Amino acid sequence: MTIEEIQEEIVDEFSMFDDWMQRYEYMIELGKSLPLINEKYKTEDNIIKGCQSKVWVHAELEDDKLVFTADSDAIITKGIIAILIRSFSNQRPQDIINADTDFIDEIGLKEHLSPTRANGLVSMIKQLKLYAVAYQTQLN
Amino acid sequence: MFATHVNRISYKKFNLDMLRTSLDVQTIRKDFPILDRKVNGRPLVYLDNAATSQTPQQVIDVIVDYYSNYNANIHRGVHALSQEATDKYEEARKKIQEHFNIAKSHEIIFTSGTTHAINLVANGFSSFLKQGDEILVSAMEHHSNIVPWQMLAERTGAILKVIPMSLDGELEMDAYEELLSDKTKLVFCNHVSNALGTINPIQEIIDKAHEIGAAVLIDGAQAAPHIKADLKALNVDFYTVSAHKMCGPTGVGMLYGKEEWLNTLPPYQGGGEMIAEVTFEKTTYADLPHKFEAGTPNICGGIAFGAALDYMNAIGFESMAKYEKELLDYATKRLSEIDGLKIYGTAKNKTSVISFNIEGIHPYDIGTILDKLGIAVRTGHHCAQPIMDFYKIPGTVRASFSFYNTKEEVDILVEGVQRAKSMLL
Repeated sequence: MTIEEIQEEIVDEFSMFDDWMQRYEYMIELGKSLPLINEKYKTEDNIIKGCQSKVWVHAELEDDKLVFTADSDAIITKGIIAILIRSFSNQRPQDIINADTDFIDEIGLKEHLSPTRANGLVSMIKQLKLYAVAYQTQLN
Repeated sequence: MFATHVNRISYKKFNLDMLRTSLDVQTIRKDFPILDRKVNGRPLVYLDNAATSQTPQQVIDVIVDYYSNYNANIHRGVHALSQEATDKYEEARKKIQEHFNIAKSHEIIFTSGTTHAINLVANGFSSFLKQGDEILVSAMEHHSNIVPWQMLAERTGAILKVIPMSLDGELEMDAYEELLSDKTKLVFCNHVSNALGTINPIQEIIDKAHEIGAAVLIDGAQAAPHIKADLKALNVDFYTVSAHKMCGPTGVGMLYGKEEWLNTLPPYQGGGEMIAEVTFEKTTYADLPHKFEAGTPNICGGIAFGAALDYMNAIGFESMAKYEKELLDYATKRLSEIDGLKIYGTAKNKTSVISFNIEGIHPYDIGTILDKLGIAVRTGHHCAQPIMDFYKIPGTVRASFSFYNTKEEVDILVEGVQRAKSMLL
């Protein structure tokens, strides 16, 4: 599936919910199913700055695709990362660089997109894209 | 327009007189337009008062009146508006003087807030400290009462020592006494802890420091909304306050300093207003308080600060403190009923602040769910990381209550926390 197709699928899933509580409950469930980062990658270097909770992200190239794993000490933050990683993981770096993240708005999590929000969703997206840029350079 | 304005003021005055005898919270709430708004479709429950308090209409009116009728630069003008603005600004200084029982009005320096005030003093002490001198800080300080002193220590070679605290969140006074020596030059401590609500025994702290000849700065930012400090009786050297914590606007506060200290400290910032005479060869400085008030100050803010003090005094600090204690006791009791909830800061003497966590849940998650329910609390380290390190936690959820909060709001908070818990665990 392409990034766009995955994002459409996520938007579809979220459209089933009537209110914020169901959306958050689903997000918490997604958080619990996040592909966990290997403990050895939970280092200071892998912490994303700008989050009130701790967020670690690790990226690895498998063939020509980038695989992300992550963790956070806060479950809602974990849910947000799970959504992001689901759309970006197992994709080619160039596609990650080109992808947009408007679907976050469509699933009713717009409030988390503010750059001043303490959860640092914006920093997370930036970090995932930075990994993609770094690996793309390597592939070139 | 003018007539309506006057009517409103006199009506409010009448209201406030009535309030002197008992705290009529429902009437008081009508003074705060923001309390009527909805957040995420629900009525706002504002419990982040320790971060900033809300502003009553009486103070908003003063701000509007300033910009509508007499906005002008102060102290230098020959025209009527400038004179009016100067009079009101200086009148505000007098109100602050009276409120905090300060001997001389020029011992009050208008600052942008507590942080500015502390930096002003820390900067001034650069020339008084030498290598090996000691300065003492309490273990429960806000970063703004730690970092400026660390910078001072770096500049001068002075040593920063920490007065420890107990698990209850009380300062260990025996350890404090042991730390004091003839090397101690300065002690700084908050009157009330922002993260825990502990009311510190500042009179004892001041007296003990004075016995060995050290100066004391008390950060009053969190105390001022709840306790009317008598600075003359305290005999403190410096005391700092931010207006926005006590129904005033942001960007204004005060530094109280004893006259002899303020005369000795060098100016903090150079500029207009703070000079007596300037030539390219030499500048002489103005007298107090202008020596420390370079540039055009927050004129409207200063005047509104005075109005905020009028407002709070009309209600009465004693009635407010009594009512807030009731809220604190009720909230402590109700929150403690929640399984797995732990309160940090259980000092015998505390203001209406409750810092807590629920086992197995990150404070940020609780704060996010509460926000969806229209409840404003603070989460995180509250700019007091050493306290969080002490308890070995990433942060807390902090609910801080003001005299305009109600028991019904405490109930909504408790229900919200329970709901968050069932969603998150």
